[in-house]
Amino acid sequence: MTDDTLLKTPLYDLHVAQGGKMVPFAGYSMPVQYPLGIMKEHEFTREKAGLFDVSHMGQCFIHSKDGSDPAAAIEKLMPGALQVLKPGKMRYTLLLNEDGGIEDDLMVTRTHDADGKLYVVVNAACKDKDYDILEEKLGHLITVEPLEDRGLIALQGPRAVAVLAELAPEVADLGFMEATAVTLEGVVCWVSRSGYTGEDGYEISVPESEAKALAERLLRSGDVELIGLGARDSLRLEAGLCLSGHDFDATISPVEAGVTFALGKKRREDGDFAGAARILKELSEGPSKVRVGLKPAGRAPAREGTPIADADGNEIGIVTSGGFGPTVGGPVAMGFVPTAFADEGTEVQLMIRGKAHAAVVAKTPFIEQRYVRKKSILSLDLWRIGP
Amino acid sequence: MIKFTEEHEWLEVEGDVATVGITDYAQNALGDVVFVELPEVGATYDKGDEVAVVESVKAASEVYAPLAGEIVEVNEALEGEPALVNTAALDAGWFFKMKLADVGDLDDLMDETAYNEFVEGLD
Repeated sequence: MTDDTLLKTPLYDLHVAQGGKMVPFAGYSMPVQYPLGIMKEHEFTREKAGLFDVSHMGQCFIHSKDGSDPAAAIEKLMPGALQVLKPGKMRYTLLLNEDGGIEDDLMVTRTHDADGKLYVVVNAACKDKDYDILEEKLGHLITVEPLEDRGLIALQGPRAVAVLAELAPEVADLGFMEATAVTLEGVVCWVSRSGYTGEDGYEISVPESEAKALAERLLRSGDVELIGLGARDSLRLEAGLCLSGHDFDATISPVEAGVTFALGKKRREDGDFAGAARILKELSEGPSKVRVGLKPAGRAPAREGTPIADADGNEIGIVTSGGFGPTVGGPVAMGFVPTAFADEGTEVQLMIRGKAHAAVVAKTPFIEQRYVRKKSILSLDLWRIGP
Repeated sequence: MIKFTEEHEWLEVEGDVATVGITDYAQNALGDVVFVELPEVGATYDKGDEVAVVESVKAASEVYAPLAGEIVEVNEALEGEPALVNTAALDAGWFFKMKLADVGDLDDLMDETAYNEFVEGLD
């Protein structure tokens, strides 16, 4: 794809003006880094607040065609408890195929609208595929309304709350995985307390015509810097979060991918979602392979595609995400190994450029996640535990 | 005498030994260097062979032998402090020293003026 055919987000001019190094990503021209550099951008996000343009991701509304709950329809393809979502509550879930493989991961939020319509955010590289699947499988029940005229800005890091609360104090009251309409600089935005960096923060859906002005207003704070895709990837990797199409794909089940927290308890009992036969079998009998964290002993990063070998040198798996973790201060990776090798501390070898490098299976996240946790311990972290 | 390659390496030559590193243009394009894989002392390479690997946060890049020769020393300081490649690309961030098979091959490489013109033509 040539530069001419790449799509531009509403923040494109801002990226270029700020010295962003633009690269093709999922059909868009996106900044991989700014003059600050990936290392400092990563560290800044963990210390202050990073502003990420995630406008390339797919935003849509899902409406019911007959007035029933649209969540009941999409639950056929998604294993999370979605019908129980109250207005303003959101959940991480998965789009499954009939074989129990993961087509994509996504965020589903119940809006405050009387018809219970859902606001959904999907991965940029998958949005056309996801919309096609929803249309093909569920088109008789629901309507997918892509929101092409909105930007999406993520503000992530320990200073995110203080910075955004300057514009709208009520955002401080949102709990993790809660969302609401908020007026920012005179513009009605849809703000959620969520993100994909392991840090506290927000994602802000804003009309595209207002996105640049809002980003510029947030950047006026000394606690906010623009952060590119490079640091976004190292932040999510350290946080142990899966990258769609890399750490899972359409052949990998939620059990193999280690995202069973996305399988609602009652949903498991009912087994009424695509691929349930395989997924429930793997839950009871264990999968043959599973995604694990990997901590190389040395300094060499193990990138995606690096073979994983046992102590005797027999190839047993493959790295699906890997690189250098700036906060960890060394290389970190994730990959698939047979279940017998999945215990924390298991010694393996990473075959980097044909040479064996020692590593151990490590727990993820590699860093402490710092999502805000209000209310009692019983209701904390709806994302990871589920109902 | 200092020479440059189109692969953005520099060679500082004393007698028949060249100290080799990557240029400021190269380190800037790579970004923060987090790991350098160096060759074994005693190994011999032909021009264009993959000699070393330099890894930034986002990607791994090969470093090629600028000329034929034998590795006589490597910069072990890079193991503990790979960021020297960023902060001191042209001196403390050197990669390896190579005994050249034929000093006459240096004539094929660029001098500083020619390299600077080459880089200007890239942007």
